[in-house]
Amino acid sequence: MSESQEPARKPQRFWPSAVRLVKLMTPHKAALALVVAAVVLSVVFTVWAPRVLGRAMDVIFAGVVGRSLPAGTSQAQVEAGMRAQGQDTMADMMSTMTLVPGQGVDFTRLGTLILTVLAMYTVASVLMWLQGYVLNRVVMRVVYDLRQEVERKLNALPLSYFDTRQRGDVMSRVTNDVDNVQTALQQTFSQLVENVLTVLGIVVMMFVVSWQLALVALLALPLSAVAAGLIGSRSQRMFKQQWHATGQLNGHIEESFSGHELVLAYGRQHQMQAQFDERNEELYRAAFGAQFLSGTIMPVMQFVSYLSYVGIAVLGGLRVATGQLSLGGATAFIQYSREFTQPLSQVAGMATQLQSGIASAERTFELLDAPEQDAETPSAQLPIRLRGEVRFEHVDFSYDKAALANGAQPMIEDLTFHVAPGRTVAIVGPTGAGKTTLVNLILRFYEIDGGRITLDGIDIRDLTRRDLRSQVGMVLQDAWLFGGTIMENIRFGRQDATDEEVLHAARATYVDRFVRALPDGYDTLITEDGSSVSAGEKQLITIARAFLSQPSLLILDEATSAVDTRTELLVQKAMAALREQRTSFVIAHRLSTIRDADTIIVMQSGRIVEQGSHTELIEAGGAYATLYEAQFNSPEPDADDAAPAGSAPTPTTGPTG
Amino acid sequence: MLLRLLRTSTRPYLPWVVGVLVFQLLSTIAALYLPSLNARIIDNGVTHGDTDYIWRTGAVMLTVALGQVVAAVVAVWCGARTAVGVGRDLRRSVYRRVGTFSAREVGTFGAPSLITRNTNDVQQIQVLTLMALNFMVMAPIMCIGGIVMALREDAGLSWLVWVSIPVMGVLLALVVSRLMPWFRVMQERIDGINGVLREQITGIRVIRAFVKEPFETQRFRRANQDLTDISLRIGSLFVLMFPVINMVMHLATAAVLWFGGHRVDQGQIQVGALTAFLQYMLQILMAVMMATFMFMMVPRAVVCAERISEVLDTRPSMHPPQHPVAAPRALGNLEFRGVAFQYPGAEAPVLDDIGFTAEPGRTVAVVGATGSGKSTLISLIPRLLDPVSGDVLLDGVPLTDYAPEDLAGRVGLVPQRPFLFSGTVASNLRFGRQDATDEELWDALRVAQAEDFVRELPQGLDSPVSQGGTNVSGGQRQRLSIARALVARPEVYVFDDSFSALDVATDARLRAALRPVTRHATVVTVAQRVSTITDADLILVLEDGRITARGSHEQLVASSDTYREIVTSQLSAEQTTGGEL
Repeated sequence: MSESQEPARKPQRFWPSAVRLVKLMTPHKAALALVVAAVVLSVVFTVWAPRVLGRAMDVIFAGVVGRSLPAGTSQAQVEAGMRAQGQDTMADMMSTMTLVPGQGVDFTRLGTLILTVLAMYTVASVLMWLQGYVLNRVVMRVVYDLRQEVERKLNALPLSYFDTRQRGDVMSRVTNDVDNVQTALQQTFSQLVENVLTVLGIVVMMFVVSWQLALVALLALPLSAVAAGLIGSRSQRMFKQQWHATGQLNGHIEESFSGHELVLAYGRQHQMQAQFDERNEELYRAAFGAQFLSGTIMPVMQFVSYLSYVGIAVLGGLRVATGQLSLGGATAFIQYSREFTQPLSQVAGMATQLQSGIASAERTFELLDAPEQDAETPSAQLPIRLRGEVRFEHVDFSYDKAALANGAQPMIEDLTFHVAPGRTVAIVGPTGAGKTTLVNLILRFYEIDGGRITLDGIDIRDLTRRDLRSQVGMVLQDAWLFGGTIMENIRFGRQDATDEEVLHAARATYVDRFVRALPDGYDTLITEDGSSVSAGEKQLITIARAFLSQPSLLILDEATSAVDTRTELLVQKAMAALREQRTSFVIAHRLSTIRDADTIIVMQSGRIVEQGSHTELIEAGGAYATLYEAQFNSPEPDADDAAPAGSAPTPTTGPTG
Repeated sequence: MLLRLLRTSTRPYLPWVVGVLVFQLLSTIAALYLPSLNARIIDNGVTHGDTDYIWRTGAVMLTVALGQVVAAVVAVWCGARTAVGVGRDLRRSVYRRVGTFSAREVGTFGAPSLITRNTNDVQQIQVLTLMALNFMVMAPIMCIGGIVMALREDAGLSWLVWVSIPVMGVLLALVVSRLMPWFRVMQERIDGINGVLREQITGIRVIRAFVKEPFETQRFRRANQDLTDISLRIGSLFVLMFPVINMVMHLATAAVLWFGGHRVDQGQIQVGALTAFLQYMLQILMAVMMATFMFMMVPRAVVCAERISEVLDTRPSMHPPQHPVAAPRALGNLEFRGVAFQYPGAEAPVLDDIGFTAEPGRTVAVVGATGSGKSTLISLIPRLLDPVSGDVLLDGVPLTDYAPEDLAGRVGLVPQRPFLFSGTVASNLRFGRQDATDEELWDALRVAQAEDFVRELPQGLDSPVSQGGTNVSGGQRQRLSIARALVARPEVYVFDDSFSALDVATDARLRAALRPVTRHATVVTVAQRVSTITDADLILVLEDGRITARGSHEQLVASSDTYREIVTSQLSAEQTTGGEL
């Protein structure tokens, strides 16, 4: 009645998606057959019952009329007598009844009829419950499977799928859209079938009782359709406006409150309030229109149904009076015409819901149909203990192959370098130079376009991703933890680690110290807003996690905006502990890390411009030296070569995580 | 709480509310009159074969139906006016109230919570008001009217009404009271499963790098199973509801016919009256059903009402001065005098006995660990917060004596999280000074090292900025946020760790370009990178809300252990001692 949600997205291809959605349920054919059978039977009983009720009414009426007649005569005699007295209408009316003059209501017959009706309704109700119960189980099973399938798909999609799409869009596909499909399946399908069948059944019964009255009742149909259509389309438009205005206003509220400090600091309250009032007023106008118009649909529809009610009362009355219809027939008819409008308006409402459900199904199917990662053809296995020697040989790579064909610069071009086992490599360079890309390639988040990358001499494409990644540990700037306890989060590094091993990792990486201070210790829950631990402590936990996994190869992405200084120091120490005895790639921002590295690789625009140790590079006086100067002294005005390469071909959503 | 809120907010709309009541009453009476007329057709027309009477009564029925629809539409009109008006007014009151809040109140509630309260919660109240006016008002009228009419037709059958209403009510209440908590559980579990998925998407690199897909799948399966379990339970109960309702209605019908049949036979009522009674009975039961469903909405609305009232009942901790001073601009002497700050209910003060002076042309830097109070200290300067004791003075005048707009023009804040408003690049830059020329905007962009990328944008200064500035990168956002402060030309610049998203080279160039611009202004800055503050005129080392050391970089390196520790964590030993580079 006051839907203020986004107007239903229209599906692109309604039928193919609808069919596919129905097909999801095919494994449960038998149950569905049962559901359909139950619905059909229940509708038959429901539709038939008013007719029997009408008969009961007839019995009562016949009793009333019969009692008023002299006993001992026959019905035919009475009728003839009436016609003789010129009471033809009365005689005609009586001709539709079965009555015994002088006798009152036949309670045996009335009792039988009423019990029959009750039995019919009971069976109908039980069947209705049965179909609902079975269908609910089927739908839940199907939705459960669909959710599992969506989750499996998330793990099978290549990373480029996520990098090239808005995160919010993917999120809404796997959450809202699946919810929506569930609603559509649960409510729409069974009710649609039931309502359509009921409408059909009622129409049939109306014609059986009296085709003339049925025509009158059906006359109301196009009338209500036109009324609903006229008001509906107009109120739909108003709802769209209302939704738009709501979006505008909510957006304004969101930014005024999130930017409250700035509004205060820049003294903008009055302007913000004026804007708010304007939008609020706009919403008021749109909302009023939408609520009023949509509110009138019900009275107007009701009016149309009253019209047919009056029509039936009058025409029915006339026909009963002239003996063309029994009174029970007329009362049954009134009941039919009342039961008729309800399923009809429900079907109309369901159309919108179904449409949005199908649109959601379509979006979910799109996700399910997206191409998965290349199949793996492992031809090699890694030794249990790696030495950790990494070689890049003439590696080429681009995120956007299409842009490459159009002559854009590749992201990485002819990259060659070698890292000896156990060494630390610092990768330095401006944003967009390709540092994160390098990490993506080593872990095979993306596949290279040319050249090869080897680990201990084995081409990484000959390994399974699982094998490869289980040898690599990673600590990223963005300290991702999942919603669980600290203990669980550390154990994420190696599922079969004993508590003792987890504690050892925690101690080695300075996690233990602050965890002890927490009231719940290792059982402290990490929540999404992350209020329980600070950013730096989160970083420490991710280091402990990597430590526990005991990788042969380590990838560290140093945080740029430092956490608080004390923790910072610990993070550094922990990282150093982690690097020991391991080949490590560090995307470095901190001078101390860079200086301590065995090799420094300076990258710019996907190429290595310099390579060597700190002292060597300073002496060479190239790009590194300039960068180094910039950080610790007043900048040279012409330090342009170290400028952030904003023009580097990075995909818009950026694989910079 | 809900009632109080509704009572106060519907007061201006009292005439409309009365209108709803009157017209609902009229429309219901008309609707109830129809079966009665139908009964007359049967009893006076049909049984006596009087076709004229049937036609006449038919005409009356038509008129009544027409009157019913008109009354109903008018009632809807009044209802919509009231509900939408209540929504608008509440939304405005909440917005206004939050506008008077200081950073402290906003912090207590949290911005996202305030947003939900101002949008979603108000919306819920609006929906409830509308529902209440359209249906909750109608249900009792319908119910009582139905009972009156039914009794008029035949008081002898009235006991059927008294029996069936409670039966229907109790059965529905049983089902609904069980369903409601389950619905809550289901919502929680939906949130749970969506949470797992969200984590999987945000953490996809980590999960893949650690080959933890099976682990995540396991977590997901558990969440999925939980959700499916509760959905099944709800479904099983839910599908019971309508068959039960139908059965009650049909039982009532059968009973009316059976017992009514006896009364008709004994000549106590007429046949037509019996049919009318039957229809009233069904209408009464429908009204009971509707009322039950409406009450399902109430608990949710109560929560919303509480959340709204909480905002409306919060008094802001800061007030603009009654008689603001009119001090001349262009100086910028900032002084903290024995300033302390403490959140209400907190055990320890966030800031204690803070005193320092910042003069035009000089830079004061604040360093310290997280939680040492740096951001709070900074927030006092643009008067986002008021100190609990002590004074902050600008040009010798306490900040509390300045008109808020006046003070805003004097202090330029660059917050830790660069936040942009939706609009264009230009509208964001002019945030602090509406009348700045394009030339001035470009000057500011040049200093903030943002000129190049703004020039490269297809529409330059008029390029759209999306809400929160999400369509530009973090570094760009930060530079625009600095440019915004520069455009305002304040006397005091406040940088709260404002260079963190910039790479080292850009940071250095920006600081160099800032120097001439801020030559005559006072600069207060918080920084994590030591390299950004080594040349500050005064460095304050903050520990647990107190200044534990102060001086220049060289002085502090020599005297403060804490400072040395901070520095060594970032620079290696030789830089700290002399800085030959």
